Amino acid sequence: MSQWNHNPVLKVEHLTMRFGGLTAVGDLSFNVGRGDITALIGPNGAGKTTVFNCITGFYRPTEGRLVMRGGDNEAHLLERLPDFMISGVAKVARTFQNIRLFGGMTLLENLMVAQHRPLMAASSWTVGGVLGLRGFRSAEKEAIERAKYWLERTKLIDRADAPAADLPYGDQRRLEIARAMCTGPELLCLDEPAAGLNPKESLELNELLSYIRKEHHTSILLIEHDMSVVMEISDHVVVLDYGVKISDGTPDFVKNDPHVIAAYLGVDDDEVDSVEQEVGL
Amino acid sequence: MEQSQTSFNWETLLKDAALAALIAALLAGVMLGLRVDVASGRGAELYLEYRWPLFGAAVVAVFVGRLLMGVYYALRESGQFEARKKNKSERQNVEGYLKPLFLLLAFALPFVLLATLGARGSRQYIDLATLVLTYVMLGWGLNIVVGLAGLLDLGYVAFYAVGAYSYALLAQYFGFSFWICLPLAGILAAFWGIILGFPVLRLRGDYLAIVTLAFGEIIRVVLLNWYEFTGGPDGISRIPRPSFFGLEFKRGEGGFADFFGLDYSSVHRILFLYFLILILALITNFVTMRLRRLPIGRAWEALREDEIACRSLGINTTNTKLTAFALGAMFGGFAGSFFATRQGFISPESFTFMESAVILAIVVLGGLGSQIGVVIAAVVMIGGFELFREFEEYRMLVFGLLMVVIMVWKPRGLISTRAPSVALSKNAKGISADLVEEGHG
Amino acid sequence: MEYFLQQLINGVTLGSIYGLIAIGYTMVYGIIGMINFAHGDIFMIGSFIALILVVALGITAATPVLMLVLALGLVLVLAMALTAVWGWSVERIAYRPLRGSFRLAPLITAIGASITLQNFVQLSQGARNKPLQPLISGDFQLTDGGADGSAFIVNLSYVQILIVLTTVTLMAGFTYLINKTSLGRSQRACEQDRKMAALLGVNVDRTISLTFVMGAMLAAVAGVMFLLYYGVIDFYIGFLAGVKAFTAAVLGGIGSLPGAMLGGLLIGLIETFWSGYFSVEYKDVAAFSILAIVLIFMPEGLLGKPEVEKV
Repeated sequence: MSQWNHNPVLKVEHLTMRFGGLTAVGDLSFNVGRGDITALIGPNGAGKTTVFNCITGFYRPTEGRLVMRGGDNEAHLLERLPDFMISGVAKVARTFQNIRLFGGMTLLENLMVAQHRPLMAASSWTVGGVLGLRGFRSAEKEAIERAKYWLERTKLIDRADAPAADLPYGDQRRLEIARAMCTGPELLCLDEPAAGLNPKESLELNELLSYIRKEHHTSILLIEHDMSVVMEISDHVVVLDYGVKISDGTPDFVKNDPHVIAAYLGVDDDEVDSVEQEVGL
Repeated sequence: MEQSQTSFNWETLLKDAALAALIAALLAGVMLGLRVDVASGRGAELYLEYRWPLFGAAVVAVFVGRLLMGVYYALRESGQFEARKKNKSERQNVEGYLKPLFLLLAFALPFVLLATLGARGSRQYIDLATLVLTYVMLGWGLNIVVGLAGLLDLGYVAFYAVGAYSYALLAQYFGFSFWICLPLAGILAAFWGIILGFPVLRLRGDYLAIVTLAFGEIIRVVLLNWYEFTGGPDGISRIPRPSFFGLEFKRGEGGFADFFGLDYSSVHRILFLYFLILILALITNFVTMRLRRLPIGRAWEALREDEIACRSLGINTTNTKLTAFALGAMFGGFAGSFFATRQGFISPESFTFMESAVILAIVVLGGLGSQIGVVIAAVVMIGGFELFREFEEYRMLVFGLLMVVIMVWKPRGLISTRAPSVALSKNAKGISADLVEEGHG
Repeated sequence: MEYFLQQLINGVTLGSIYGLIAIGYTMVYGIIGMINFAHGDIFMIGSFIALILVVALGITAATPVLMLVLALGLVLVLAMALTAVWGWSVERIAYRPLRGSFRLAPLITAIGASITLQNFVQLSQGARNKPLQPLISGDFQLTDGGADGSAFIVNLSYVQILIVLTTVTLMAGFTYLINKTSLGRSQRACEQDRKMAALLGVNVDRTISLTFVMGAMLAAVAGVMFLLYYGVIDFYIGFLAGVKAFTAAVLGGIGSLPGAMLGGLLIGLIETFWSGYFSVEYKDVAAFSILAIVLIFMPEGLLGKPEVEKV
């Protein structure tokens, strides 16, 4: 059928997340296509961030499976991995809705922390690093080069040695993406990357995301409220409302889906019946 | 006077000060103006002592203090202190200048003392310097845990105790020498750090603080009550003194002085202990500074800033915290075994919560994460109070008050610029403390 | 059996005192999410104020009953009022300026405040134990000594009855205060969302101050009871009692008032039974171990709500 059902990078199967009596996400299934930009949209409180937190290991799903299949074609069940393995082993990286940078550390340091796992291994878990072995030094040089590359790509290279907290808001958002990319992910999860950006920055973000997909073959899953961003860059849109999937398809399909229109715009009371009939409830 | 330029709202200021004085009066009325004590000679009868002059002085002091504070804030708001701020950037290099100076001073100090005061006169000062260095080392050890990794450890003294008792017991039961015991004590302390840390380090910051406090107390109570093994409150005495790699500091044949063809002097051992702790402390510093530039050190600092972000970047936060905890514990253990060999006698008395508080206060006053700050804080707070013995009893009160004042006034301590662990440009500036904020992990 | 009953009575008495202190921890934690390390020392100060007042008023066991009751009532009220000022001051000086500062800052000032209070009292009142002759003596003997008079006699002293009754009364009053008055409402609002409460016209600073004041008052009551029950105090009692009361608050579920009381009772019982049946030396170890175990294995406590991590 659709391209994303063929060899998806991430399969979300019957994901359910309950907090006490509240069902934040109920029996949600969708696929994230390999190399696609997939958008997860929905009104406030629809459970989008909860889905993200399940995928990136911050919450343990009540039910369901999350199958991540990277480039090596090895399947990882994300719901079973401890949170720190999700970035390292399953190669899923994320950003946060309310930016979480290491504010007191420099931009370069932020990106170095993101390469913690390979650097730790290269420093033979610190022993080699203390002794200053050559293997570690070259690994470190490589890490700095990679950090430089991403700083250049995000146009932050001039401020590499400045503390991250000094950056203006839009730059912080880009730095967070650069940091996530430094972990070398196969799937990049962005939680409202365009929130609070001005139109110019928004445009730059679109370019950056397209570049990431094209040059690094990283699949992207993003939560977004800004419909112009969603419609312009995404290949595939999944719509959530009250924790349940109400639509799933190409941007054009979703845009015209009456379920989505009802969920977003709401309907007058007397129209409810007719709309419900229309959508088959 | 310049007061003509700034208009003070004297009425508000005075009202404020009067209110503060009133509250002070309520606070001090019973607790300072009156003193209840046990009458000596009349059995266990309680009697009351009235100290109204003291009470009056306290209330007046609060009134004046509050007034001055009000004036200061008013002046600051009107921009009278603008000129001073410009000097701030100069201060950023303070660490760079101080480091070699301190190092030189530390190595030269005992010889300068010996030359000026003679063997007998300098002894107490070298002893004091040794004590200060012990606290510097403890402060540096705790700084790894609190300053770098951002974990508040209120039971640090427990590892100090583990180190001291490890050496004392190993020497007592197996006759091991100091040089074998020193690494063993460090390893044992680190081991304890891992055992205690493993379940505890998943807890939130404030829970972690109180659980470490509880562990510190448990270890002390066990030491106190396990009479057969640790000697209980009597402690362990006649702990072997350290030797210069096998050469004992004794009179006559085969001693240190004899071997090097020197005249025997008791100062040799004092000097040796001084340089021993100096080197141990420098090793602590060196390792810390080295680790800070390695991935593990950066992960500690990142953890302090934002734990959740760390987890999303594939950092195993529990293990990372554990290494900081264990490493801090190890240096505490080294310092402990040094303490045991220097004193020759240890008892649980030396390892109370107050001792943890002193070490923490040194780290806090010096500026969390600042190595040179710890040195200055230890010199002033330990050395200063030892030199002015008559104020000794006020020491903990001053420590407590300073902890509050420093946190309110300069939360990052007196010296608090952070040098980046890696930089692209050669002359990267230090990061001012205001930016080194912590997340809510 | 008699021995057991006696331990039970003692445990409930001790537990009441811990419970009163624990409420202070739990309320402050509920509203600003921090551990007020200085709270144990506020309790100690309450106890000292009561002792000084008792000596100043010349109250002894020989005071006529009616006078004794009135005088003790006066001591209680004054101690509560003055300790409240201490609690308020600690919050104003050490915690309020740090709201919104980095995570470790208020914890460090709290420890600083605790050390300051302890050493202030040590300096101003002397380090020696202060023994007070028992003011209220007499008890009910619940069992006789058996036919030959050799069996264990279970005592229920007047002081114990007084302590438990006072605690129950205060608890009832307190629950009413939190659940039914506007102050309680503001408090609960601040617990939920401080910013929103402020936007809706709740004076957040004042509400937090009042929380500290109430906690300090209850700690003062506990201090008075401790003085009457044990008769000996020193500047260090706040440390141990504080840690145990905090354990009680955590065990009951931090943030929950009934939990604090329940936790207090449990800790009191565990401590008395532990010292009654196992060893007195290790009774503090028992309390500390419970604290560690509870925090590690059930940090939400018995009646608390589990915390969901906000990402």
